[in-house]
Amino acid sequence: MSVETHPQPSLSDAQPGELIRLANITKRFGANTVLDDLSFTVAPGKHVTLIGPSGSGKTTILRLLMTLTRPDEGTITVDGDQLFPAPEKQIREVRKKIGMVFQQFNLFPNMSVLRNITEAPVQVLGMSGDEAEERARELLDLVGLADKCDAKPTRLSGGQQQRVAIARALAMRPRVLLLDEVTSALDPELVAGVLDLLRDIARSTDITMLCVTHEMGFARDISDQVLMFDGGRVIESGSPEKIFTDPEQDRTREFLSAVL
Amino acid sequence: MKWDWNAVGDFMPAFWHGLLVTLQVLALGSLVSFTLGLVWTLLVRTPLRWVRWPVGVVTEFVRNTPLLVQLFFLFYVLPEWGLTFSALATGVFAVGLHYSTYTMQVYRAGIEAVPAGQWEAATALNLPRRRTWTAVILPQAIRRVVPALGNYVIAMLKDTPILMLITVPEMLQRARLFSQQHFQFTEPITVIGVAFVLISYLASLLLRALERRLVR
Repeated sequence: MSVETHPQPSLSDAQPGELIRLANITKRFGANTVLDDLSFTVAPGKHVTLIGPSGSGKTTILRLLMTLTRPDEGTITVDGDQLFPAPEKQIREVRKKIGMVFQQFNLFPNMSVLRNITEAPVQVLGMSGDEAEERARELLDLVGLADKCDAKPTRLSGGQQQRVAIARALAMRPRVLLLDEVTSALDPELVAGVLDLLRDIARSTDITMLCVTHEMGFARDISDQVLMFDGGRVIESGSPEKIFTDPEQDRTREFLSAVL
Repeated sequence: MKWDWNAVGDFMPAFWHGLLVTLQVLALGSLVSFTLGLVWTLLVRTPLRWVRWPVGVVTEFVRNTPLLVQLFFLFYVLPEWGLTFSALATGVFAVGLHYSTYTMQVYRAGIEAVPAGQWEAATALNLPRRRTWTAVILPQAIRRVVPALGNYVIAMLKDTPILMLITVPEMLQRARLFSQQHFQFTEPITVIGVAFVLISYLASLLLRALERRLVR
C-alpha cells in the first residue's frame, strides 16, 4: 500500500518483530473509561490471550483492531501501517490483514455455507469464482464440514456454524486472527471440537492470534503470551506458565482462582 | 328494492374492463411504491445531509397530506406547468408515490431488525459498503417485511376507487356509469363490492404462500 500518501510517516514506526502496536489507547463509553492509556505490542506469529473479568476491556481491544469501534485517543499500527488514526481508504487497506471470529458466529443466513466463504474473497480480493470455491472447499474440509457446502447456516449446529465462521475468516488469508469468546455461545459438548480446530490452526499456520477466552486450559495450550486485564489496563503479562502458576499480582491470582 | 340478474349480466362487460384497470393500477402502483419506498429509505440513510434532508421533508409531506389532494394536484395543476400525462399514468404514479412513503417506513423497520452482528461480519470481511447492502442487509431486511408490504398492497386496492375522480375507468367508475345509464344501482355496486372482497382474499392467500416460502 502507498505509505507516501499518508501525512504521517507510519513506516518509520515499525519495529522489527512487531506486527501490532497499540499506543496510549483510551476508549470511553459515556462516563465509563473502558481502556485507560493502554499500550502493548504483538510480535508476528505469536498467540496472545487476553484474560480478565468481564468489563475489563478485552473485547474492546479486538473490536478496535477490527475497526468496529474507534478509540478516543491513541494510535494503532498493523504491520508498519497506521490503522488509526488514518483516512478511510487506508483503514480499508490495512484491515485486509485482519480477520475476526465472533461469539455469535454472525454467518450470513441468506447465503449458503459455501457462499459465506467465497463472498469476500471474490468481492474484496478479486479472486475468480472458481478459485474462491476451490479454496472454500479446502477450508471446509479443514474444519470438517466438507459435506455442508450447500446447507444454509441456520441448519447447522452452533459448533458447526462457528467452524464455518473460522473457515470464512481464514479464506481472506489474514495475518492476524481475532477470536472473541468464540466458544461462549456453544453448548458444552460442542466446545472441545472448536477448540481442537483452533489448536490445529495455531500449530500449523503462522497466523498471529489475539484471543479473548474464558477457556483457561485452551489459553494455556496455545498462548505464547497472556495479558491479564483489569479496569481497562494490562495489570500483568507473561508466559502462560508464569501467569497460570506463579502470577505476581494478587488481582490475577484472585481472578484465576475464581475461574479455574 | 328487487334484485335483477339481467342487470348483473348487462353490467358484466363493463365490469371486466373495470377489473382489468383496477388490477393494472394495483400491480403498477405496488411496483412504484415498492421501488420508490426503497429508494427513499436508502437516500434517508446516506451520509450526505443535502440529500437526506430534502428527501425527509418531501416524504413526510406526502405521507401527511391526503391522497386525493395529491391526485388532484398531479392531474389538474401539473398540466398548467406543461406536464400532461394520461389519467391512468397519473393515478398509478399518485398511488405509488403516496404508498411509497409508507413502504419506506416498512423497509426501515426491516433494515433496523437486521442484527448488528451482520454489519460487523461484513466489516470484518472488508466487504464494500454497497456490497454489504445488496448482498447482506437488504436480502435479510426485505424477507422480513414481505407481510407488511403485502398489507399495504391490500390497503392500496381499497384506495383505487379514488381514481374515478380523475376519470380513470376502474371498477367503481364503471359501476357508476352503468347506474346512471340504466337507473340500476344495487347490482353493479354489489358486484364490485364482491370483487373487492375476492381480490383482497386472493391477495392475502398469495401473501401467506409467499411468506411461508421466505420465512424458512
